[in-house]
Amino acid sequence: MDAVFKALADASRRELLDRLRAENGQTLGDLCARLAMTRQAVSKHLALLEEANLVATVRRGREKLHYLNPVPIHEIAERWIGKFERSCLQALSDMKQALETRDE
Amino acid sequence: MSDKPKFVYVIYIASTPDKVWQALTDPEQTEKYWFGYRVNASGNAGASFIARNPGGEDFDKGVILESDPPRRLACTWRPQHDHDKHERPSRVTFELAPLKGQVRLTVVHDDFDEGSKAFEGISRGWPAVLSSLKSFLETGQALALSTSDVDDKRYAPAAAESGA
Repeated sequence: MDAVFKALADASRRELLDRLRAENGQTLGDLCARLAMTRQAVSKHLALLEEANLVATVRRGREKLHYLNPVPIHEIAERWIGKFERSCLQALSDMKQALETRDE
Repeated sequence: MSDKPKFVYVIYIASTPDKVWQALTDPEQTEKYWFGYRVNASGNAGASFIARNPGGEDFDKGVILESDPPRRLACTWRPQHDHDKHERPSRVTFELAPLKGQVRLTVVHDDFDEGSKAFEGISRGWPAVLSSLKSFLETGQALALSTSDVDDKRYAPAAAESGA
């Protein structure tokens, strides 16, 4: 679990996860094209995310595709969120989202 | 690009490939960690794959495409609900690899029908099932989840209807 928190403690790596959440299965090239980071930096961040098991990869021919793997984050939620709190938290989260997007 | 998998999940479980395989294919075991669902995937290629909900109804049906215990299992996956049972079946592949005294379990779910509704429920379902499987194998206790925790009608038709 240390590796997961270490991996998440960086804005660039969180942004990479956001990108994968928006579109799963991207190559290194896809991810670099839309980020203001060098290819080397993206590659290094991805390696760290993969080590923490937050990113899973599969090979398709010569391409390496990257996927957001939410399993470790789910385990964190399971550890600290009780069974009966979940629906309350979901309601709060929905309310926040509804209120914050209303005027847009 | 269209043939790339939609979802790839990886989990590391402190167990053996044989035990993980057994837990994935034997309904007596899936019942204990998979929200009470009995999943029978113990046949050879060509045999049927059936997931039955706690009410005894068929929840997902399919065909085993590939069975190579305890390494690789692939099957088609066809939901049985009114809103998605007309869809072409998708495909689930489990890969088990021993790694430093643990098992690296990779679940790939792909080949969804265009505009699939089943697709929407999947992204919430697998992480919960896999975390519960890990807990079940490592501690003997599955996570105290019920289908309503997954917060998705596909996984909790009964709970959603009763307003629970």
